[in-house]
Amino acid sequence: MNESLLQVRDLRVRFRVDKTNTVEAVKGVSFDVPRDATVALVGESGSGKSVSSLAVMGLLPPLTTVIDPASSIRFDGRELLHASAAERRRLCGKEVAMIFQEPMSSLNPVFTVGFQIGEVLRQHMGMSRRQARARTLALLEEVGIPDPANKIDSYPSQMSGGQQQRVMIAMAIACEPKLLIADEPTTALDVTIQKQIMELIAALQKKRQMAVLFITHDLGLVAEIADRVIVMRHGEVREEGAAAQVLHAPRDAYTRALLHCRPPLDTRPLRLPVIDDYLQGRTPPAGERTRGYAEGEHDVLVVKDLKKSFFLREGLFGKREFQAVKGVSFRLPRGKTLGVVGESGSGKSTVGLTLLRLHRASGGSVLFEGRDLLAMSDAEFQPFKRRIQIIFQNPYASLNPRFTVGQILLEPMRIHRIGANDGEREAQAYRLLDKVGLPAAALHRYPHEFSGGQRQRIAIARCLTMQPEILVCDESVSALDVSVQAQVLNLLQDLQDEFGLSYIFISHDLSVVRYMSDQVMVMHHGSVVESGDADTLFRAPRADYTRQLLAAIPKGAG
Amino acid sequence: MPAHSTSPGLWTLAWRRLRQDRLAMLALTVVGLFLALLVLSATGMVAAHWEDEVGVNYAPPSFVGPDPAAVRTRAAEQPAPPNAFDPLADDIRAIRAQQGREAPPDMYGIEDPLAADLAALRGAAAAQHGPDVERRPTLPFGADKWGHDVVKKTIKGGETSIVVGLVAALVAVGLGTLFGALAGYFGGLVDDFFTWFYSVFTSIPSILMILTVAAVLQQKGVLTIVLILGLTGWTGPYRLIRAEYMKHKAREYVLAADAIGASHWRKMFGHIFPNVSHIALVQMSILVVGFIKAEVILSFLGFGVPVGVVSWGSMLNEAQNELILGKWWQLTAAASAMALLVTAFSLFTDALRDALDPKIK
Repeated sequence: MNESLLQVRDLRVRFRVDKTNTVEAVKGVSFDVPRDATVALVGESGSGKSVSSLAVMGLLPPLTTVIDPASSIRFDGRELLHASAAERRRLCGKEVAMIFQEPMSSLNPVFTVGFQIGEVLRQHMGMSRRQARARTLALLEEVGIPDPANKIDSYPSQMSGGQQQRVMIAMAIACEPKLLIADEPTTALDVTIQKQIMELIAALQKKRQMAVLFITHDLGLVAEIADRVIVMRHGEVREEGAAAQVLHAPRDAYTRALLHCRPPLDTRPLRLPVIDDYLQGRTPPAGERTRGYAEGEHDVLVVKDLKKSFFLREGLFGKREFQAVKGVSFRLPRGKTLGVVGESGSGKSTVGLTLLRLHRASGGSVLFEGRDLLAMSDAEFQPFKRRIQIIFQNPYASLNPRFTVGQILLEPMRIHRIGANDGEREAQAYRLLDKVGLPAAALHRYPHEFSGGQRQRIAIARCLTMQPEILVCDESVSALDVSVQAQVLNLLQDLQDEFGLSYIFISHDLSVVRYMSDQVMVMHHGSVVESGDADTLFRAPRADYTRQLLAAIPKGAG
Repeated sequence: MPAHSTSPGLWTLAWRRLRQDRLAMLALTVVGLFLALLVLSATGMVAAHWEDEVGVNYAPPSFVGPDPAAVRTRAAEQPAPPNAFDPLADDIRAIRAQQGREAPPDMYGIEDPLAADLAALRGAAAAQHGPDVERRPTLPFGADKWGHDVVKKTIKGGETSIVVGLVAALVAVGLGTLFGALAGYFGGLVDDFFTWFYSVFTSIPSILMILTVAAVLQQKGVLTIVLILGLTGWTGPYRLIRAEYMKHKAREYVLAADAIGASHWRKMFGHIFPNVSHIALVQMSILVVGFIKAEVILSFLGFGVPVGVVSWGSMLNEAQNELILGKWWQLTAAASAMALLVTAFSLFTDALRDALDPKIK
């Protein structure tokens, strides 16, 4: 029984693009998952980490994928790739279980969670309805759902994201699998919830002595859970080794780069290192940037007691008020950055959208050069739209898929009559593409032809066409890979230095906010818990909630 | 400055993608042929003389061969061969011979007062049309009750049906899209108003609704049918487009368009519409089919095309009675023309939808 539980040998997976072409997503990957151990598979998007795990589960779409016949996946001594469909189905769920990134979309919204867990038990363990219910209660208790006797009959939508993920974990461990595959199980969750789920997975692994294959993009997360770490890039394994070695003495340049691309919490370098710096052996410029509001600065934006309520329908005629933002005040000087931190539901994004009047505020004032933006009519506000712009979180959603990049960049200039004619505007568009680091040929292409980071550059270029004074960055780098995130943050920093832009930087990621901000505002349930100078706030947080947030940051390699 | 490469627009790219799709090109060719026939028949280049009674009644298609029943009746007109066992044969032969020689009996002394006029009329008609042409026993795809050529009739009928189907579907989808966009985008009172309007339209049984509009318009003709179908058919597209707009208006790209100061109209039709246009296209293809069929019902109820105008609908209507007599060719011609066009049209709109979607492939 010295053999590893899961042996993947020379796994090659190709995807069919059209009739003749295929793309190789996994290029001969080999790794082992020993019994009673946690192995972390780390990589950025497109690294093939999820494809590898789906191949183990046999969940790849059979019509569009080709697995090389020479590949081998052995689980517990059995070859999976040659097993019949029925045999694999028996194995999946019972001996190999998987949890996914989005608990909300992995659970069926029309069945109670108790029914869904019970279904697994009845299917695989042949339990009766009564037995399954008793076992489900025990499982919910085990994964830490409060008051399981009540929660067993609730629907997924009645639970929070963290509780839903706990239910998914309960479902996965229901049949006491030998191997648990966790595919980015905490990426969609808040940082404090992420910490709890990580602790839960680690505890369950110890208690049940199962093997865990933990897939993530975040090297920082890995330190707390993994025994072994495999780093993947572009479908190949770059480095494999014990967790301590990979995290503290990485042999591969790419691993080193991944470790250093995340903004550190204790220092603030002038530029963040990017992957290419490490791969090409360049050293990033030394030196630190000092941040913070100075005395006597000219305020571009002064916000007083901003309020926003949503009204939910209740009963036949009733309305219930939900206060998303409960009186937020701040000021923003020219050329400075205000960081807004909070978990989901804290109202931080609503603040951003209300400033731009994309949501109508319920109260308060937003003074821009002494004029209240909220009190203006639509026609009066139109010229101000140009001066205060927003970059959204998801560059896949914020660019119209039917417009070419040229149309996307020219449209705002046409609307605001910037530039004398289209020729002049096009020249400006070329200049901006160059500024954000995209080739000129990009002008005639569609957004879907670009990667996430490139799309976010297009979104930034669109804002720059209007030469705004204030830029609201609403989770603008959260959807990007760590290495790309560093590039975009560097770009934003360069633009601030060059044009003296003021940023309102909204994010759930504390290290990113600390890197970018002069002043930081921590929000919780619609109100400001604490605000102050970025360095001071992170060094000596006053509010309990801020301390909780800081404690939840994965300590990782740092 | 980089060289300005010519920027391929949305439609150029769509066309390029469409050309790679062989099935779509075939469908497009078929639709194109139908449209060409429509233009030719409208300008009188083909099927202009469809009303000429060129064949015998219900002349069968050439590949079937002449109708044996018709041959028999013609044979019956010939004198029967002499019957050797007929005891009266000699007498009959004598009477026939006598009849042949004598003048026909006069009209019991009554003079036909219109005889001269009739003779003049007949003479004029003969001079106009030339000598009465022999009606043909078979035609390429048969003849109808009056001996009209079915192929020409189908081409002429297609002219009416395609125009009715396409134009009425355009009107219906246009109205549905406009109302749906307004209701879905603005929501609130605007949405309430249009949805109320929609509910009124859909609460009335559709045939009654069609008859109501027909009764109000009080006129027969192609334009009337187009209006009837267009004004009652917008409800389906409205519902779908409204739902799409409600979904899309909260998308980030629309928020982004709002942030750069795009007007409501621009957001509705510049930004959102290209992203939901596939719904309109698919509705269009469904409605064209539906309206060609609806025209049949209208014609059957007497609200369709006026007498003297032919359409696939009126052909199918006639075919009901013919089918009992076993005359299947008119039905086959109209139905297969319709099926061919409708299938080609659906395939083409499907492919167009895919080609217009830059996300696919």
